Amino acid sequence: MTIDMSKFLDTFFEESAEGLDAMESGLLNMQEGAADDELINTIFRAAHSIKGGSATFGLSEVAEFTHHMETLLDEMRAGKRAASRDVVDVLLESVDCLRAMLAASKNGDVNDPARAKTLGERMGRMLGAPVAGVVHADATHAAADAAGHGWSVVFRPHAHLYRTGNDPVRMLRELAELGDYKVACDTARLPRFADVQPEECVLAWTVELRGDIPEKNVREVFDWVEGDCDLSIEAIRGDTANGARGAPCEQTPAREQKAAEPDIKLKTPDAKVPTQDPRAASETTSIRVGIDKVDALINMVGELVITQSMLGQVGKDFDMSRVEKLMHGLAQLERNTRELQESVMRIRMMPISFAFQRFPRMVRDLSQKLTKKIDLRMSGEQTELDKTVMEKIGDPLVHLVRNSVDHGIEMPDARRAAGKSETGIVTLNAFHQGGNIVIEIKDDGAGLPRDKIIAKARKQGLLGADEEPGDDKVFELIFMAGFSTADQVTDVSGRGVGMDVVRKNIKALGGTVEVKSENGRGSTFTIRLPLTLAILDGQLVSVGEQTYIVPLVSIVETLQMKKEAISAIAGRAELYRLRDEYIPVLRLYNLFCIEPRQTELVGGLLVVVEGDGKRVGLFVDDLQNQQQVVIKSLESNFKRVPGVSGATILGDGTVALILDVGGVIDASRQATSPKGFGKKPAQVRAA
Amino acid sequence: MSTAQAVRMTNDAASSGGDNFQVSANTEQYLTFILNGEEYGVDILRVQEIKGWDSATPIPNTPDYVRGVINLRGTIVPIIDLRARFGLERVPYGPTTVVIVLKVMHGNASRIMGIVVDAVSEVYNVSQQDLKPAPEFGGAVRVDFVKGLATVDQKMVIILAIDELLNSEAMSAANAE
Amino acid sequence: MTAILIVDDSASMRQMVAFTLKGAGYDVEEAVDGADGLRKAKGKAFNVVITDVNMPNMDGITLIKELRALPGYKFTPLLLLTTESADDKKQSGKAAGATGWMVKPFNPEQLLATIKKVSG
Repeated sequence: MTIDMSKFLDTFFEESAEGLDAMESGLLNMQEGAADDELINTIFRAAHSIKGGSATFGLSEVAEFTHHMETLLDEMRAGKRAASRDVVDVLLESVDCLRAMLAASKNGDVNDPARAKTLGERMGRMLGAPVAGVVHADATHAAADAAGHGWSVVFRPHAHLYRTGNDPVRMLRELAELGDYKVACDTARLPRFADVQPEECVLAWTVELRGDIPEKNVREVFDWVEGDCDLSIEAIRGDTANGARGAPCEQTPAREQKAAEPDIKLKTPDAKVPTQDPRAASETTSIRVGIDKVDALINMVGELVITQSMLGQVGKDFDMSRVEKLMHGLAQLERNTRELQESVMRIRMMPISFAFQRFPRMVRDLSQKLTKKIDLRMSGEQTELDKTVMEKIGDPLVHLVRNSVDHGIEMPDARRAAGKSETGIVTLNAFHQGGNIVIEIKDDGAGLPRDKIIAKARKQGLLGADEEPGDDKVFELIFMAGFSTADQVTDVSGRGVGMDVVRKNIKALGGTVEVKSENGRGSTFTIRLPLTLAILDGQLVSVGEQTYIVPLVSIVETLQMKKEAISAIAGRAELYRLRDEYIPVLRLYNLFCIEPRQTELVGGLLVVVEGDGKRVGLFVDDLQNQQQVVIKSLESNFKRVPGVSGATILGDGTVALILDVGGVIDASRQATSPKGFGKKPAQVRAA
Repeated sequence: MSTAQAVRMTNDAASSGGDNFQVSANTEQYLTFILNGEEYGVDILRVQEIKGWDSATPIPNTPDYVRGVINLRGTIVPIIDLRARFGLERVPYGPTTVVIVLKVMHGNASRIMGIVVDAVSEVYNVSQQDLKPAPEFGGAVRVDFVKGLATVDQKMVIILAIDELLNSEAMSAANAE
Repeated sequence: MTAILIVDDSASMRQMVAFTLKGAGYDVEEAVDGADGLRKAKGKAFNVVITDVNMPNMDGITLIKELRALPGYKFTPLLLLTTESADDKKQSGKAAGATGWMVKPFNPEQLLATIKKVSG
């Protein structure tokens, strides 16, 4: 039967990715000095597993490449090779190459063989052996193969043979399948019945095997019992003058069979060779959950079932005297569902160490490349956050760390001149605060170049020539699109396409990013993210007949307007003076084309919100309650709507839209232009 | 037929995978509905359910034939008013007004969307050869929305191409209209 | 029914072996390392044990030695999974009491043939 191997490939790719991560962190730890046996063994085992698996599942390039790594590691664990920097370097590079090769296989892309070849050669040179691919022990010893008429086999197992779990009968059966078979049993050594030791083998057999059978096939039958028996295989003299009688055949270890190539149904590869970090693209669709979390869930569901049956009881033959029981039951239901919700969300939570673990390697490579000395410190790796959030925060984090390394930390002599230690410190820290997770990226470098930023902003027209903005405003400028004060564009960073994308990505996760900097002392970037993507604390507001949700995190304050504080510009834009600033007023009913209940500003409420560093006041009819809402996607069945980040289902079953504050602010800008926003009047048109 | 009957037939067709009803491999089953006196049909295997009209939450920045979204057992489903879509005059919704919830395919992905129609009509078997190509209407309905024309009981039924009809709503990222 | 225990720290390998053997009508159980394997072997009488060599928490060769010391496994076929011609492993395996070995990579057909050989 042919078995489709591809179903095991997914597991293999997953476990190989983990294995490669283990190898990488092991190798990184190794070069800090400590090269203990257990560490080397762990790394070796990981390579060994990947080699075995890839060979089994038909990924021969991977298997061959991994073989060299395994050999190097084997020498290291046998004490034959020291963990020198060169070896660690080449192994680290090989881990990268392997990642790329596996990613290519997984995605059906074509893998560029050059990289593997170069690395393979380097490893080969280290091993001192010619790298000609895996050394297959060939089972060819044709010279001594005396084909012809057959073989006479004398098989005398040693007494202990059974204790190896072998049974002579199996060998005899196998021989019988090779050709014309005649066997005679030699019972000479059999003692008297009373003295028989059943666990010992004292029998011997002579087999006459006739047929054109290669000798190696006969020898192979006894592969496992070599050394546990006396064996002689002699050619049955035939008419051919080959005279190979008793010719010594080397017991070259034969491979059992050639490695067959199983049918792997990989997608037909496109000609594209992926160049970016394969790890970046892998968003896994499975998750590992601690059993304790699952058990907690099961308990909670149990309680829910009890509550439900209790409510069922109350509902049967209900009358007003049971109201109290009903209320009690409902309160319990609320408790159960809340606990269940928290429990379930916790399943998606994983420690941020998964996102942090790539940085030691990255910082090491980068600092080498830039010839800087950098010490990376990480803390709070056990802080948990939602798995999807973590996958998406990876890229922004990389960008910020790169920035610190590239632009923040100075060159060693510049640091010395400034009275700092030559080694710069970059700190990654994560902790929970309120309902958020806070991630800090700190460096003790030169800080953001305030003057350069102002100069660049002036050049780009973002800042007037005589504006003297405060530090906060200056540092905000770096988040503008296309902004970069790097003198040269290194391939590490400096292209100016980074910071605005970083902020956009973080915003897309419902988070914020800010920077604080001190000239000469360093900078700190602070990212704040909600703990989960699926739930939002919202303020329900009424506009006409409709209910909208404004994310609580965006609301600055809500107030009733005073007539004196309202003013208008050019008859169109309205402003409200709130203490010392002017806030634009956005009439939501205009924006959404709804019939409002209030058109007089003083008759409704102003919800002051903040998005993208800008403040705006949303004019609504009324406030309803605040509640946690479950965010439902509008896009899965419809499409992305500007100004709307999603929808939710209210208690009465109707749908309410969740406002995207940034989007609403953008849209309002357009609305002040004649083109407008919102639904078009009904038109009859040829569809 | 009544809405309830139509629902039953649809569910039967869906659960049997069309086996019981298909006379031959080339026959398709269509659920037909009335719009402005005309009879239109949609592939019954795409009909997920039929429900009466309730209110929908309007969505800003959408053409007026997008009535809004509804809550379908926890999923947000957009509702398209076909009358408006075809540029026909609007009429108030009445007791026969019905929402047909359809599964729309886009490549390998599927979406759920609903269309509002005047009333549900029947379920017919139409064989491939009885389906005639649509001529240029020069009128209300765009030709690419029409899969073909069928004649049933001497009536003309316009068989709609659901994916083409409804995908254009979802696919246009920014409404340029 | 013949009961087989597969011991390997690689999940994909275990899955492949288990799937292949179960498909052929064998009763298969999995263990993730030597210690786990020993524990499971003590709890149930397996007719064949297949084990990888390199595993955490007890390698394959130690496992075989431990198994041979158990009365129930004195004569049970114990197979090692090795790579190519790792001769030293084969020898240490035999010294520990292994019945034989299977060289990785192997395909399902080879696996089935070998199992049939030792359990038939």
